[in-house]
Amino acid sequence: MSGINYSGKIPNNVNLSEDRTLQRALEQWQPNFINWWDDMGPEGSTDMNVYLRTAVSVDPQGWAQFGHVKMRDYRWGVFLNPGEEDRKIHFGDHIGEKAWQEVPGEHRANLRRIIVTQGDTEPASVEQQRHLGLTAPSMYDLRNLFQINVEEGRHLWAMVYLLHKYFGKDGREEADALLQRNSGDQDNPRILQAFNEKTPDWLSFFMFTYFTDRDGKFQLCALAESAFDPLARTTKFMLTEEAHHMFVGESGVSRTIQRTVNVMNELKTDDVGKLRAAGVIDLPTIQRYINFHFSVTIDLFGADQSSNAATFYSSGLKGRYEEGKRVDDHILKGNSYKILSVEQGKLVEKEVPMLNALNEVLRDDYITDSKGGIDRWNRVIEKAGIPFRLKVPHKAFHRNIGSLSGAKVSPEGEVVSDEHWTSKMGEWLPTDEDRAYVASLMGRVVEPGKFANWIAPPVMGINRQPVDFDYVRFN
Amino acid sequence: MNAPTELFNQHLIDPQICIRCNTCEATCPVGAITHDSRNYVVIADKCNSCMACVPPCPTGSIDNWHMRPKNAAYTVQEQLSWDDLPAELSQSDLIALGVDADSVAQPTIQVSNSFVDASVGQSGAFNSQLYGATIPPWSAAHPYVNLYGPKSPTTAKVVGNVRVNEAGTANETHHIVLDFGEMPFPVLEGQSIGIVPPGQDEMGRAHHARQYSIASPRNGERAGYNNLSITVKRVVENHDGKPVKGVASNYLCDLKTGESVQVIGPFGSSFLMPNHPKSNIIMICTGTGSAPMRAMTEWRRRLRQSGKFEAGKLILFFGARTQKELPYFGPLQKLPKDFIDINFAFSREQGQVKRYVQDLMRERSADLVSFLKDANTYLYVCGLKSMEEGVLLALRDVAIQAGMNWEKLSQSLKQEGRLHLETY
Repeated sequence: MSGINYSGKIPNNVNLSEDRTLQRALEQWQPNFINWWDDMGPEGSTDMNVYLRTAVSVDPQGWAQFGHVKMRDYRWGVFLNPGEEDRKIHFGDHIGEKAWQEVPGEHRANLRRIIVTQGDTEPASVEQQRHLGLTAPSMYDLRNLFQINVEEGRHLWAMVYLLHKYFGKDGREEADALLQRNSGDQDNPRILQAFNEKTPDWLSFFMFTYFTDRDGKFQLCALAESAFDPLARTTKFMLTEEAHHMFVGESGVSRTIQRTVNVMNELKTDDVGKLRAAGVIDLPTIQRYINFHFSVTIDLFGADQSSNAATFYSSGLKGRYEEGKRVDDHILKGNSYKILSVEQGKLVEKEVPMLNALNEVLRDDYITDSKGGIDRWNRVIEKAGIPFRLKVPHKAFHRNIGSLSGAKVSPEGEVVSDEHWTSKMGEWLPTDEDRAYVASLMGRVVEPGKFANWIAPPVMGINRQPVDFDYVRFN
Repeated sequence: MNAPTELFNQHLIDPQICIRCNTCEATCPVGAITHDSRNYVVIADKCNSCMACVPPCPTGSIDNWHMRPKNAAYTVQEQLSWDDLPAELSQSDLIALGVDADSVAQPTIQVSNSFVDASVGQSGAFNSQLYGATIPPWSAAHPYVNLYGPKSPTTAKVVGNVRVNEAGTANETHHIVLDFGEMPFPVLEGQSIGIVPPGQDEMGRAHHARQYSIASPRNGERAGYNNLSITVKRVVENHDGKPVKGVASNYLCDLKTGESVQVIGPFGSSFLMPNHPKSNIIMICTGTGSAPMRAMTEWRRRLRQSGKFEAGKLILFFGARTQKELPYFGPLQKLPKDFIDINFAFSREQGQVKRYVQDLMRERSADLVSFLKDANTYLYVCGLKSMEEGVLLALRDVAIQAGMNWEKLSQSLKQEGRLHLETY
C-alpha cells in the first residue's frame, strides 16, 4: 500500500503529501474504500468506461474535467474551498470571534456526530442505487447515475478527511464504521431511516435526487456556515457537486412528465388505463410519488422542536440556510417561530422560541425551494395544454417525526379521521400496484441516443456533447 | 469610427433548463448574476464573459449567447419574466434594428469593448468549447490564482501610464504599469488581474472589478521588479457614438504616477505559454487582445537574450482597424524576423481592401501547415468573441487542404492544451 502516490492519486488542495499522519491514516482507509466500492458500488460496472466529470482543483476550470474513466479508477479528491483570511464566526454565542481551525474540545462530540451523520448518507445513497444501472432508460441517464455515485463517493472522502485530520483515533474508527454500515442491513443499518429504504425504480431515483438530495443541499448549506472552518470550506465545495444531483432529479421527472403529456395529446386521453397501456407514467401516479418522497424527506430535518438544534446553532456548529444573507441579530435568543401541531382535530400554529425551532426553519426554507421545481414541471404540463397541475402536499401530510408525527392530515392540509385516511391512502401515496406498474416499465436501454418509452430525451447532452454521444463505453 | 449600432454577444441563461441551483451566482467573481423567485439572470453590463460560471453549471443552461445590438440588450427585468429564451435575432432583424449591415456579415475585429477580458474561459456562442483547451500546455509553469478576492483586494502603485497609439485615433490606448511593492503578486503570461474602480455607481453600489490581461512577462514589466503592465482602451462613447465615460477605463487612463489602485486576482490557469525548448507559439489577436501576446513575446525575447533557451518559433497575426491604432507594435516591429514572424491585417485603412486576421492566416497557409504538423506548436487566440469562428474555420481549411485530419488534429490540440481561445 505504501507505493501509492497520494498527491497524484488523490487530487487535493490540502497538502496531503505533507501530512504524514494523515497520509498513513488514509493509506489504511483507501483500500477499504475500494473494497467497499467493489462490493457495494454500482453493480456490474467494473469494466465500463464512463464519461465523467472529475474535479482536479477548486477553481472553476479545474473542477470540471471530462473524460471516459473506469469508476473504480475515479480520482476521488479532497478539496476545500479557498479559506477566507480572518474569517469570523457570524452567528451564535461566539459571534465575532475568529472561526476555528481546530476542533474545540467542548464541541468535539457534537461536531463528530454531525460529520458522521452527514458522511453516512453519502455511501448509503450509492448502496441504495447500486442496482439501478441494470434498468437505465438510456446511456445518458446511466452516465448521470454513475456521476452521482462517484460524487457521493467523493463526499464520503470529504467527510473522512475531516474525521482523520481532526478527530484522531475516534475519527479513524468512525471512518471505518462508515464503510461497515450498509443501507438496509438489519444488523448494521445506515444512521438515517430514509437511507435504508430501497430505490427500486428510476422514477423513485429521480424523486430521490430531486427531494432527498435537496435535503442534502440544505444540510450542507447550514454546515457551510459553521464556525469550524474546515467543515465550512469542505461543504461549500460539495454544494457545487450537489447541484448536479438535483439537476438529474429535476430534469428526470420533467422528462418523464414531458413524455406522458406527449402521449396524452397523441391519444387525446387522460385515462390512466389507456396511458398505462401506452407505457407511460400517468400524472396521478407521479403526484403520489411526489407526496411520498416529499413527506419522507421533510422528516429528515428532524423534530420541529429540538434542543440539539438550538445547541448546534448557539455553539456555532451549524447555521441557518443563507445565514450570512439574513438581517437579524444571528443570536436569536429573543426570537420566536411558528410551528404546526394538531390540537383537538385541528391544525394549529404555535409560537415557540426560534432557537428550538431551527429544524423547522430549515425545513420551511427547503419547502420553498422544492416548490420552485414543481412549478417548472407544471409549466411542461401547461405548455401541452393539459389542465392537470402537480402540487406539493401539505407540510403536515404523512409525517413521522416531531409534533406532527402520525397525524392524519390530507395532502390539502385537512385533519381527517383514521377511516378517511385509510380509505384515501391509495389516492395519496403510491400503491403496490403503482410501484409494480412503474417497475414493469424499467427495461434497460443503452444504445446511444435511444430512450425508454416512458421518458423523453433531454434537451441537451452533457458538456455540450450530443444527446447520442457514447456516454458509457461497455468493454 | 463606431458603427451606428454595435453588436455584442449577450450572455443569457436558459430558464427552461436552469434548475436555480445558485451555483453560477455563487461562482461569479464580479457579481453579474442575480435572481428572483422565478429566474436566474445575467446582468449584461456587469458580465465580463470570464466564463467562470460555465463549467460548474450542472445543466448547461448557462452557456447561451445571443448577438444583440448594444442598445437593445435584454434588461434584467425582461429576463426575469421569461419562461423560455426568446428566439435569436436573424441577420435581417439585426439590420432592421439599425446595425450596420457590414458588421452583421463580418463582425470580426472592431474593437469596441472597453476592457480586455482575459479570464480563462474558452467557451461561448460559437461552440468553441469543442476546440478550446481547458488545460494548460504540459510545460506551462504553475500559476497562482485568486490570491486576492473582491473582499480583500491588494493595493498597487501606478509607476507608469503612457499612451501607446498615435494621438487622434479613435481608440486611445494606454500602457499602465502597476507596482506591488512588498505584496506578493506572482503572475504568468496569459493571466489577468481585476481592477476595482473607487467610488460607487449611480445606484450607490460599489463598482465591480474589471478584468485586464497582463501585458508583461512573469519577471516584471521591468525585469526583476515586482510590477506588471496592462493595456487599457479609453471608452469615450457608447455604441451609438454618444459620449459615455467608461468607468474603469477612464479611471485607469487618467491615473497619475504615484497613485494607488485596488487589484484582485491573479486569474487564469490554462491560457499559459509552453516553456519547453523548441515549442512554437502561434498568436492570433485583435486590439487589446494583443496584451497576452506581448507578454509571451517579451518573455521569449528575454530568454533568447539570455542565451539559455533553445526557443521555438513565434508567429503573430494581429488585426486592427488602422495602422495608427496598433498599440505596442512600434518596438515589436524591430524584432528579428527569425525570432517572430509578424502579420498585420487592417480592416479600415483608407483606400485599402478590408482584411481580417483569418485572411492573413489563409495567405500564410503553407507556413501554418508546417506549424500544425509539429506537436510542439501551441495556438493562442485573444480578442473579440466574434473572431473565434473565422479563425477556427481558417485553421480547419488550412489543415484540410494540406490533407490533415482536422477532427483528429483539433481534438489533440484541445486535449493536449495546445489551442487556447480567450475572447470577449
